[in-house]
Amino acid sequence: MHKHFLSIERLTQTFPDGAGGTLTVFENASFGIEKGEFVCILGHSGCGKSTIMNVLAGLSDPTSGVVKMDGVAVSGPSLDRGVVFQNYSLLPWLSALKNVTFGVKARYRDWSREQVLEHATKYLAMVGLEGDVIHRKPSQLSGGMRQRVSIARAFANQPKLLLLDEPFGALDALTRGTIQEELLKVWSKTEQTVFMITHDIDEAILLADRILLMTNGPFARVAESVEITIPRPRIRTEIVNHPNYYAIRNHLVQFLGKRSKELAGQRSEGESQSPETVRIDLTENAPDPEPKPRPTHLQAVNG
Amino acid sequence: MQSLSINKRAAILSFVLLIVFLGAWEISITRQVLGEALTEYEILMGLGQQRSAIPPPSDVMVKAWEQLSNPFYDAGPNDKGIGIQLAYSISRVLSGFGLAVLVAIPLGFLIGMSPVAYKALNPFIQVLRPISPLAWMPLALFIIQDANSSAIFVIFICSVWPMLLNTAFGVAGVRADWVNVARTHELGSLRTAFTVILPAAAPTILTGMRISIGIAWLVIVAAEMLVGGTGIGYYVWNEWNNLDLTSVIFSILMIGVVGMLLDAVFATLQRAVTYAE
Repeated sequence: MHKHFLSIERLTQTFPDGAGGTLTVFENASFGIEKGEFVCILGHSGCGKSTIMNVLAGLSDPTSGVVKMDGVAVSGPSLDRGVVFQNYSLLPWLSALKNVTFGVKARYRDWSREQVLEHATKYLAMVGLEGDVIHRKPSQLSGGMRQRVSIARAFANQPKLLLLDEPFGALDALTRGTIQEELLKVWSKTEQTVFMITHDIDEAILLADRILLMTNGPFARVAESVEITIPRPRIRTEIVNHPNYYAIRNHLVQFLGKRSKELAGQRSEGESQSPETVRIDLTENAPDPEPKPRPTHLQAVNG
Repeated sequence: MQSLSINKRAAILSFVLLIVFLGAWEISITRQVLGEALTEYEILMGLGQQRSAIPPPSDVMVKAWEQLSNPFYDAGPNDKGIGIQLAYSISRVLSGFGLAVLVAIPLGFLIGMSPVAYKALNPFIQVLRPISPLAWMPLALFIIQDANSSAIFVIFICSVWPMLLNTAFGVAGVRADWVNVARTHELGSLRTAFTVILPAAAPTILTGMRISIGIAWLVIVAAEMLVGGTGIGYYVWNEWNNLDLTSVIFSILMIGVVGMLLDAVFATLQRAVTYAE
């Protein structure tokens, strides 16, 4: 069996439902992530995305199942798994720079002050924060700038796995666009493995190598793993013209709009539930670049 | 017409109010003394006594000038300068307050971080907190057998509660996200306490300290009236026994000024640790 860099094996999470019974959020969910991969997870609210994220971050323990990274089961939070929270989670009494050095100092405890400072400044510059701005407190920064600081803090720690929990959820559409590009730039320079929660289909297509689709809860599961067959580097204004873009987007919209409900509530009956791999690539079968309407070609491969 | 800033207008109004108040005080006292002057006959017959009137502000100002120009003179146990008396009081307040900080902040951390500790200690706190600090005085005198230490104990006991409760409240209210940041950065409990929880709770803790120092300054006057010997509370009571009302009024003013300065120090500290979210 193929060994994934990060493998989630038969993860189950139940909560007490308040009426004496239990509520199963997801059951026996299994999937894997490769090293250097950028994976987004899409699904409706309440399907357990954030629960999976918290388990991966080590902030909460699953009811059963294991998460293995590099073949070793993980437990508790670790510097190997960096997290960018939706609400930035910057410490408001520290300046932007101090927020980053806070992380760097925790990661590289034997570094000198100068090394820490230089490293932090470098990563802040990567997300476009330079000069006086980095000495401001978070309350003096816009939402977009705060999230950049948060991203810089996470990348500066060079974790083996970077977890992004709806990082752009609280930003306006234009700011989101710029920061997505900053994120892509930093990611392409660092070859970081990224696992990201999002609600935004276009964002997922722009950023991800693969999109995991979750059905609605309770008894949610990761039903499909959709490969994004659009070559990198991707630019927002250009990928929309790629023949695969709308085919993939339609597939995702159909899933979230209809199939996530139809597939909801299926119990695992003790089986490990792995996502089905979906690859949509219109360029493979059509070497001529002339765009003309053709039926969507779906290829389903069992993963 | 050029309009003045709000601050300037307020300052002018304050000054006018002060002048009006002092003027009214001065005039009413002078009239009272004149009106009630005894006739020669009454004095000869020993009828009635010269009624000692409340001193006018001019007398108080003369007294203040006299005292403040030489605040640290020491002419025996019953005649010390106002500066020495205030210094005694302030040192007692700071010792009691300092001990309270040493107890309240670590204990407040414990209560704030552990729901079990909170629930276990809460009944004791609720019973002990409403006790007037002076009610402890007899017990303190009996156990400690030293007037000065008993006064310090009374200050300790009155300043410990606001700090304890505010620290616990501040620590318990630290945002879970910030604690999660510490956890994902693998910070140990001690480092988390000092680098995340302490700065996050500092504004609330400082609020508790500011309330405590205010209460401590209120209580020290009463405590010193009881234990006697030295301090501003003793001074007020001693001047009352000497029927020197001018000194009583002057020392009341000095208590107010020192209380204001103590509060200002903690207000500055509070501003220094406050952060905007």
